[in-house]
Amino acid sequence: MDFGFTDDQRDIQRTARDLLGERARPERVREHAESGRMDTELWRELCELGWPGIAISEEHGGGGLGLIELGILCEELGRSLAPVPFLPSAMAAAVIEHGGSPEQRGRWLPSLASGESIGALGTALDGTAEFVIGGADAQVIVLIEDDGSARVLAADEAEVSPLASIDPTRSAARVSAEDGGELLADGCAGLGRALVAVSSELVGVCDRALAMTVEYVKERKQFGVPVGAYQAVSHRCAQMLLETEKARSTAAFAAWTADSDPERLAEAAAMAKAAASDAGREVTASAIQAHGGIGFTWEADVHWLYKRAQVDAVLLGGAGRHRARLAEILADKVRASAAA
Amino acid sequence: MDLTFSPKEIAFRDELRGWLAENPPAPEPAEGGEDEGGEGAQFKWRRDWQRRLYDAGWAAPAWPTEYGGRGASLTESAIYFEEIGRARVPMAANVLGLLLGGPTLMVWGTDEQKERHLPPILSAEEIWCQGFSEPDAGSDLASLKTRAVKEGDEWVVSGQKVWTSGAQYSKWCMLVARSDNEAAKHKGLTYFLMDMEQDAVQVRPLRQITGEAEFNELFIEEARIPDANVVGGVGNGWKVALTTLMNERAGLGFALQIRLRQLLDDLIAKAAERGLLDDARIADALAELHVRCESIRLLAWKGLTDVERYGQPGPEGSLVKWLWSDTNQRLTQLAVDIVGPEALTAGESWSYELLRARGNTIEGGTTEVLKNIVAERVLGLPRLKVAA
Repeated sequence: MDFGFTDDQRDIQRTARDLLGERARPERVREHAESGRMDTELWRELCELGWPGIAISEEHGGGGLGLIELGILCEELGRSLAPVPFLPSAMAAAVIEHGGSPEQRGRWLPSLASGESIGALGTALDGTAEFVIGGADAQVIVLIEDDGSARVLAADEAEVSPLASIDPTRSAARVSAEDGGELLADGCAGLGRALVAVSSELVGVCDRALAMTVEYVKERKQFGVPVGAYQAVSHRCAQMLLETEKARSTAAFAAWTADSDPERLAEAAAMAKAAASDAGREVTASAIQAHGGIGFTWEADVHWLYKRAQVDAVLLGGAGRHRARLAEILADKVRASAAA
Repeated sequence: MDLTFSPKEIAFRDELRGWLAENPPAPEPAEGGEDEGGEGAQFKWRRDWQRRLYDAGWAAPAWPTEYGGRGASLTESAIYFEEIGRARVPMAANVLGLLLGGPTLMVWGTDEQKERHLPPILSAEEIWCQGFSEPDAGSDLASLKTRAVKEGDEWVVSGQKVWTSGAQYSKWCMLVARSDNEAAKHKGLTYFLMDMEQDAVQVRPLRQITGEAEFNELFIEEARIPDANVVGGVGNGWKVALTTLMNERAGLGFALQIRLRQLLDDLIAKAAERGLLDDARIADALAELHVRCESIRLLAWKGLTDVERYGQPGPEGSLVKWLWSDTNQRLTQLAVDIVGPEALTAGESWSYELLRARGNTIEGGTTEVLKNIVAERVLGLPRLKVAA
């Protein structure tokens, strides 16, 4: 049993962290957030490096790597809040790849893998998705209905109205398409993978929020001592680590099941999203609190993390919905063991 | 990342599982009167069980083969506790000797001490207890006051210890006492093996909120300890005690983690029986407990395998104990809502679990101390300055 990354995975992590540390510095993220535009230069660079296709099969022009590798990139992008539509595109690709027909995969995946097209994934009610992240930048949109059916559409087949999201590091849109598009054979097959991707992003957001907070409370002095020496503050930081590690461990497990024990993916993905949604909200809220007054200002960067976490926490269902799903799985197990 | 066991680990697990299936313990006796040897029926049952484990070579697989163990790896040792937990067999009678005393002697003991003490620990012939905490030295253990004075070739020890489980059955006590009043707080301590069979040591049961007495108080008045029973050298007691405490955290965790899982499965079954899985609040709370249980399992395994593979523990140790204790309290509290009045009836298992769980966030490191450890040693936050 080994929870560590392989050398290749560690390389991916290091390369991603170094690159984003350089190209997605806080001031650059802020510049794009304030202008409400994605960082097209960075996106182009990531596309050249093959990031968007990392987990898409080689047959369709991707890198053919697994969900662990995809999760590593999502976590690093979450940590940096890079203003690129990586997550929505990767989620759309996962749902098309695992739920689409061979023709659909051949038609939609190559351009998503190269980054030529940007994807987005939204949950819809009768053809309308009220809040689709990345929706305003997307050329390919997947809409999943409550009954689990999913359609893939070219953006020009739908009515796309951009929204002003509280998280301006990523676009959002209301997407409506009463008909049109192609029905996927199994709308839910790739959903577990999409959930792992967003959970991994939340782990990165939490990790960064904790790191910023620890750095701040070591420096900030009141009553002559660093505020981090007060247990009211230090215990809050310890709680942030606990929540982050809970989210990290369940996200890592879910990523592993996707590649190695797919029968458990549905349960593991629900656990990961439940843990990550809660952690994202609590850890980033704690980060603002521990920063004190400065944490409530526009100029401190901690609010961008809070906003990203708020949007991600409800993406593809919040913690409550995934716990309800887990409860169904647990109830099924009880029934199965009673029948046995 | 590979979350599967190796063929060798699977073989180890299957051998143990097979043995446990073929050798179930005798039925659990009701807690009754003591026999002539002063043993309660429950304790005798656990001693008999350890003897059977011993005869089959399963009493302490983590011990090196030269001391009668199997030289099991950390992972195999964790598998051992998972399987012991899963089989719902009793805890070996001499659990403190097996998990704490033996391993401490292996690090710090003389050859004579190891030769003298390890075999009877393993066979449950001599039971061990732990004399660390005192009424005024809990989280701040190094402030303990029990004093040891050298007289010729023996030490004369007086003081009071508390939370000593199994003291009434024990032959030996791992005792930390202050041997030098002049030295700095942590430097004046010495670790002794104290013979419990002397009049100078009085054991009084400590009744806890569950009504039973799992622990004891020790009143020590001029007890005699030969110099040969000093472990790890005079004045080195703090370091030796840390070895004992590190072993305390490592081994039991896996058995407790499985026990938590079983309680949760029992509770889910209870909820199903009462049609409460459709109750949104109950379903939500059970699912959250499930997430926490799985997270504890993953973090426990991650902490252990990181040590095994990379030689370095992560932050998981303290987090696992914290999350486990908090989760067990939530679980037993939710059980009151699911099970109903039975969980509030004295003598019933759910009421026992409810009350016993309150100790979880105190014993083996309070949650407050664990948070300090996480803040200072994992996150590197400044240490709180305490008035001397």
